[in-house]
Amino acid sequence: MALSKQQIAQRIAQELQDKTYVNLGIGIPTLVANYIPQGIDVEFQSENGMLGMGPFPMEGEEDADLINAGKQTVTILKGGSLFDSALSFAMIRGQHVQLTVLGAMEVSQNGDIANWKIPGKMVKGMGGAMDLVASAENIIVAMMHTDKSGASKLLKNCSLPLTGVNCVKKVVSNLAVLEIKNNAFYLLERAPGVSVEEIKAATEGTLIIEGDIPEMKF
Amino acid sequence: MINKVVKNVQEALQGVDDGMIFMLGGFGLCGIPENCISELVRLGAKDLTCISNNAGVDDFGLGLLLQKRQIKKMISSYVGENDEFERQMLSGELEVELIPQGTLAERCRATGAGIPAFYTPAGYGTEVAEGKETREFNGKMYVLEHAFNPEFAFVKAWKGDAAGNLIFKGTARNFNPMMAMAGKITVVEVEELVEVGELDPNQIHTPGIFVQRIFQGKDYEKRIEQRTVTPKS
Repeated sequence: MALSKQQIAQRIAQELQDKTYVNLGIGIPTLVANYIPQGIDVEFQSENGMLGMGPFPMEGEEDADLINAGKQTVTILKGGSLFDSALSFAMIRGQHVQLTVLGAMEVSQNGDIANWKIPGKMVKGMGGAMDLVASAENIIVAMMHTDKSGASKLLKNCSLPLTGVNCVKKVVSNLAVLEIKNNAFYLLERAPGVSVEEIKAATEGTLIIEGDIPEMKF
Repeated sequence: MINKVVKNVQEALQGVDDGMIFMLGGFGLCGIPENCISELVRLGAKDLTCISNNAGVDDFGLGLLLQKRQIKKMISSYVGENDEFERQMLSGELEVELIPQGTLAERCRATGAGIPAFYTPAGYGTEVAEGKETREFNGKMYVLEHAFNPEFAFVKAWKGDAAGNLIFKGTARNFNPMMAMAGKITVVEVEELVEVGELDPNQIHTPGIFVQRIFQGKDYEKRIEQRTVTPKS
């Protein structure tokens, strides 16, 4: 069975390292905060100007002056801090934020990512994504393996305008966990009940399969 | 103390004219200069270039200026929440320059800090870098990005005093401090205009030197774009 969005987030949460600062993008990445493994201390950075981002407020306690980068009302945890956008991106560009998790429309086997524009159709803008992918030491992409018509989104070359080049290190899709290196997707884990053949069929880019591929564990 | 107080938004916006370049603070609808935007709509100034991280929603924030077709060009990082914006852009009525958010923030900061241009890695290898100078430093490629040249910056702060010293609240700070630095004329509206001496100098976010005009704002709606809550269990 392919993973749900929640399960993709849950699997990515297993990648969180102790004592690190993490930026979560909009959509599936935001859900990662719900699955922090026990004993791991991470602090979430929201690029609109907050460190130590907490959960959504209790009903009735929403504050219009406290939102995340997705414009959702949030809270700030004890020990958190607030700052302006220039300082926020100094943290990002200066590599003080160790991990970036974001969504993608396409990823290519050399680590290029496209997630901000479909020419002539959808033009929302890149927000902070270009700054994040250009500077983060570690980038994990959360995405669906194929589009609604079944076409692969893990490609030899991206067809959409790029957000960044040569930057994605790992992809967690609804079908698999893959590492990007040596100009190829290396299959690391399968979603429970999903076969290697199914992943092969859904991957247009070069897929390297070494030995037995284990199922993800939750 | 140099007194920066003007009596209302009408006085604050004196000198605003067609064809000008403006900066407007805010992230989404958080920390936007609501009073200044309303007055810009009332004045009807047109052919404006607006530098702002977002373009509001259809019926609030910069969306109000878009509805009236007052904006010729938007310079933003993300414009996803506004159907009228998308329609005007795709039909070619509105000129749009989309730039990475960190680059936008740094270009605003550079403007106020006397830095004409700087190198950033954001956008290298993408269409954002097309036609721009690139250069390698320590094995990594960077793109040259330039400062802006805005006539007015419109800023929203939480508290301010007559000297123009400002304190922001929560994530409503966002682009406001850099834009305050950048305006030839920086106009600040505040939720609370306090007596000089009331603000602790240790806690000032933006020193008054960057501010030309400040006024007590009114009727803040502070609309929430995405109301998300933890349900009471």
